[in-house]
Amino acid sequence: MNTSVTSIKLVLLGEAAVGKSSIVLRFVSNDFAENKEPTIGAAFLTQRVTINEHTVKFEIWDTAGQERFASLAPMYYRNAQAALVVYDVTKPQSFIKARHWVKELHEQASKDIIIALVGNKIDMLQEGGERKVAREEGEKLAEEKGLLFFETSAKTGENVNDVFLGIGEKVPLKKEEEQNNANNERESNSKRVDLNAANNGSSTNNACSC
Amino acid sequence: MDPETIDTEYDVIVLGTGITECILSGLLSVDGKKVLHIDKQDHYGGEAASVTLSQLYEKFKQNPISKEERESKFGKDRDWNVDLIPKFLMANGELTNILIHTDVTRYVDFKQVSGSYVFKQGKIYKVPANEIEAISSPLMGIFEKRRMKKFLEWISSYKEDDLSSHQGLDLDKNTMDEVYYKFGLGNSTKEFIGHAMALWTNDDYLQQPARPSFERILLYCQSVARYGKSPYLYPMYGLGELPQGFARLSAIYGGTYMLDTPIDEVLYKKDTGKFEGVKTKLGTFKAPLVIADPTYFPEKCKSTGQRVIRAICILNHPVPNTSNADSLQIIIPQSQLGRKSDIYVAIVSDAHNVCSKGHYLAIISTIIETDKPHIELEPAFKLLGPIEEKFMGIAELFEPREDGSKDSVYLSRSYDASSHFESMTDDVKDIYFRVTGHPLVLKQRQEQEKQ
Repeated sequence: MNTSVTSIKLVLLGEAAVGKSSIVLRFVSNDFAENKEPTIGAAFLTQRVTINEHTVKFEIWDTAGQERFASLAPMYYRNAQAALVVYDVTKPQSFIKARHWVKELHEQASKDIIIALVGNKIDMLQEGGERKVAREEGEKLAEEKGLLFFETSAKTGENVNDVFLGIGEKVPLKKEEEQNNANNERESNSKRVDLNAANNGSSTNNACSC
Repeated sequence: MDPETIDTEYDVIVLGTGITECILSGLLSVDGKKVLHIDKQDHYGGEAASVTLSQLYEKFKQNPISKEERESKFGKDRDWNVDLIPKFLMANGELTNILIHTDVTRYVDFKQVSGSYVFKQGKIYKVPANEIEAISSPLMGIFEKRRMKKFLEWISSYKEDDLSSHQGLDLDKNTMDEVYYKFGLGNSTKEFIGHAMALWTNDDYLQQPARPSFERILLYCQSVARYGKSPYLYPMYGLGELPQGFARLSAIYGGTYMLDTPIDEVLYKKDTGKFEGVKTKLGTFKAPLVIADPTYFPEKCKSTGQRVIRAICILNHPVPNTSNADSLQIIIPQSQLGRKSDIYVAIVSDAHNVCSKGHYLAIISTIIETDKPHIELEPAFKLLGPIEEKFMGIAELFEPREDGSKDSVYLSRSYDASSHFESMTDDVKDIYFRVTGHPLVLKQRQEQEKQ
């Protein structure tokens, strides 16, 4: 296939237990695990989506719980091009926290970051759970701050893919000129060293040329 | 997980998010230990953090300049990540190894440092990084270059179990001075090898067995051979990325992080006197042992007798006589200035996203020898050309009084004056051994996030 691939770093934010990891699990492997343990062991997950001949590769960073006690490192936001700010539609406190994360992103992340506000766990409404955050409240916040807005269920999968497709559509498509710039950028990136690659190569090379 | 509940029992509590502590947290979490990691400050890195310009002014200046003045001179605050402790990674060193084996390389990008320079009779010269540079280098005469070549051939072909490769030298019996004598190397070459390659900060090594020097020279050569320009690597966005990367590793393996959480009280068991836990604003947390940097247990540390002065300088031009290098190290060997220990200068720039466009950061450091330490740095300032702004600080170096076996308090050492992380990783391995009872064996992480 002759499609160009844009790689973007996407970060997850939101109160503990709102379903950040579940949304990603649903998106990446179309799976859902009831009573999922807090995130352990994955550096980040990747998933590709193709939108009109163009492939967007999401590199998804989980907070790994570091958001709980104000301990998210600046590294987390660094070069993030997209963010999901997730709350639980049955927990008003999580919506207050979502406001906080949107503010934090505008302060810490790059200016043109694409943010999607996501009200999760709408499946609980059908199962007798009470909605505590009105759809209009979410829409209002999204409109004020220029965010994408979705209500999802990681459990049933409802709307989950739309979140990522929505972000994918907003990612600036690279025109030819920009593609060239990107190539230049890659050139300057090539000055960065790949530690892993070198590990396989010259580790036995003791030659000293000084 | 209910956000309101916090576990109170852990396998290990770690205090301070310096790189030593963060590597240990990462390694222990991967081993399956339940780690609680606390810092009294609101940012990662402890004594070895990378800070913004406004934080730097706050830390070092009594009358910080106004935000407007600062921004008009130096641009946006968030463009700055200034290291408080200057160091580079040896490309083939132990920190590089740990980064690769823990996969923390996924979070941090590295660049090669463009060159290592050495000061000789008032001028600086590039330390040759390949044969072509060596042939044209004015650092040695032609005959000395041949002797040097023989010496380096001995280093690279030396095999422990092949006596003929030893050329009659015993690394554990012969002193380094005797090795130099055997190869007929002159004083200026000795200085070059000992200070610019073995990276000794003084001349004590000459009368000691040659093995540590041999290993350092070998490490230097292997590190240069790995990428070509210099033996050093430096992370994009500054050294502060390293503790953050290892903290993330720890968190991914279940480690709990609390910043901005001072320790109100350390609890000890009444019967045994061993560590029991810590009291904080978020509650009391218990573990059978604690790992901490010296600032958390000053009473359990002693001074090494050494004090280091560090001067952070902002330049708006490259360092003169370095072919406009975007990053470099300058070593001023002690004998060049009639000192006992070397002066180091570490220079990085906007190419590493540590300062705003067009700026360079030079950090000068040395072990203090007089009662006018800022004057000791004068020869280094002269090499840099005009300096926009200067921040100077003095740090006393501390080490633990005991090994932790009695009270289960395991303390790291202060970051020393060396130009790289090798002594820091020695400390990591030493603490790891004392804490776990077995030596650190680096295993490759499993590939688990392949698409």
